[in-house]
Amino acid sequence: MSQKTYAGVVLELNDEGYMLDKKQWTKDIAKAIAQEENIELTDKHFEVIEFLRDRVSKGEGLTIRSIGKSGIVDIKGFYGLFPGAPLKLATRIGGLPKPVSCV
Amino acid sequence: MKKIVIVGAGTAGTMMANKLRKSLSKKEWEITILDKYKTHYYQPGFLFIPFGTYTLKDVVKQKDVFIPDGVNLIYGDVDRIDAAQNKVLLSDGKVFNYDFLVIATGCQTRPEETPGLKEENWYKNIFDFYTIEGALALHEFFKNWQGGRLVMTITELPFKCPVAPLEFVFLADAYFTKRGIRDKVEIIFTTPMSGAFTKPKATAMLGKLLSEKNIKLIPDFYVESIDNENNIIRSYDGKEVAFDCLTIVPVNMGDEVIARSGLGDDLNFVPTDKHTLRSVAFENIFVLGDASNIPASKAGSVAHFSSEALIGNILEVINGKPMTHSFDGHANCYIETGFGKASLIDFNYVTEPLSGKYPVPLIGPFSLLGNSCINHLGKLAFKTMYWEFLLKDRKLPVSNNMSMAGKNKD
Repeated sequence: MSQKTYAGVVLELNDEGYMLDKKQWTKDIAKAIAQEENIELTDKHFEVIEFLRDRVSKGEGLTIRSIGKSGIVDIKGFYGLFPGAPLKLATRIGGLPKPVSCV
Repeated sequence: MKKIVIVGAGTAGTMMANKLRKSLSKKEWEITILDKYKTHYYQPGFLFIPFGTYTLKDVVKQKDVFIPDGVNLIYGDVDRIDAAQNKVLLSDGKVFNYDFLVIATGCQTRPEETPGLKEENWYKNIFDFYTIEGALALHEFFKNWQGGRLVMTITELPFKCPVAPLEFVFLADAYFTKRGIRDKVEIIFTTPMSGAFTKPKATAMLGKLLSEKNIKLIPDFYVESIDNENNIIRSYDGKEVAFDCLTIVPVNMGDEVIARSGLGDDLNFVPTDKHTLRSVAFENIFVLGDASNIPASKAGSVAHFSSEALIGNILEVINGKPMTHSFDGHANCYIETGFGKASLIDFNYVTEPLSGKYPVPLIGPFSLLGNSCINHLGKLAFKTMYWEFLLKDRKLPVSNNMSMAGKNKD
């Protein structure tokens, strides 16, 4: 657990850097977190983040596959927006919990 | 006569047929179980076939042996389930009406979902060991193989038997060592996960074993396609791994019948309440085993542990009572680590695999997250437990929901 300031707001983060209080999330906070990862958020980024936030609010699971079928981006496009480990990155930037990989 | 229909006579369906027939009066309840195939495979045994430890006869029996008297076993191809009309329709036109339905259609590998996978080199130098055909073909290939780059790849989550790819590389390390050519075989493990496994303690233990056995881990690798010409796997973000022999867990999806019935998600798994095991869409449909979308491992142990909650809930619903049984996501898996040893993990929805002794505190005899010969014997003995106890619903001396007894909480 730690505290970090993004866009002038002090956030409580868990050990992996995910926001503990999801209600605090704003687009400015998202931009600040993304900047740390050298990502400049575009409208497309926010479209994907909104899609993820919507699914989480409905209690639905998050998978790269479902994002690929969302009509917003395909899987390659998703990797292009959030390089490396896109789901982990997009959820962290989007103020969402780290997706549970249930194996 | 009231009717229960079970679709699928694999591990989960067979267990439920036994439980339901024992619990329900033959005068009042007709139970029918449907399946396409007459053979029942012990799927955990497929892992041992490429290395010659098991052969075909070790892993196959006839299904009818395990279905109790008083249950109608029908072999046929199910076209679809008409959930609104409480009917199961076979492709030959037969119709089975039901009062209650148990979906136990499992999950299958879908190599066609990955471009380049099921093409010229399929079963030439690209194999799965998740099917009997793939496991046997890989055995033939390994017999004469003189070494090269062996890549084990997981395509996508979820997939059944989550520890099997790790067991595969551990056993490959031992196999090639015993053949005296381990220095000629480079073993690489790619996964879309960020580590060897999901939860921290198990990931650390398994990651350490991979490293000790000189098996290279490539995490965060989400396979997009296979290049048959150049023997390369490519990820969605353009990473490439070359191979001489590729062993792959293809995309796993629920049975096509679920898609045809409009009952599944985008991987054909049936949305199911993770505690009650009832379909979220239909009050008289229950789902057991790999066919559901519950966030537990797709494993026989999960089907077994959840079946107790399920029979309890079905009986309550049949009698017009509220469901009181709750499945906690309990799974346990032996993990073959090679050289006559194995590890064991025991966990549920909320508790990650912890160290300790199982099932009896301090005594065990099995060591959780450890690496022991006794665990390996447990894994081998499991084949007998499966055929003689699990499928026939004979009681095992372990709790269905996960127990903290014997576990180190630290």
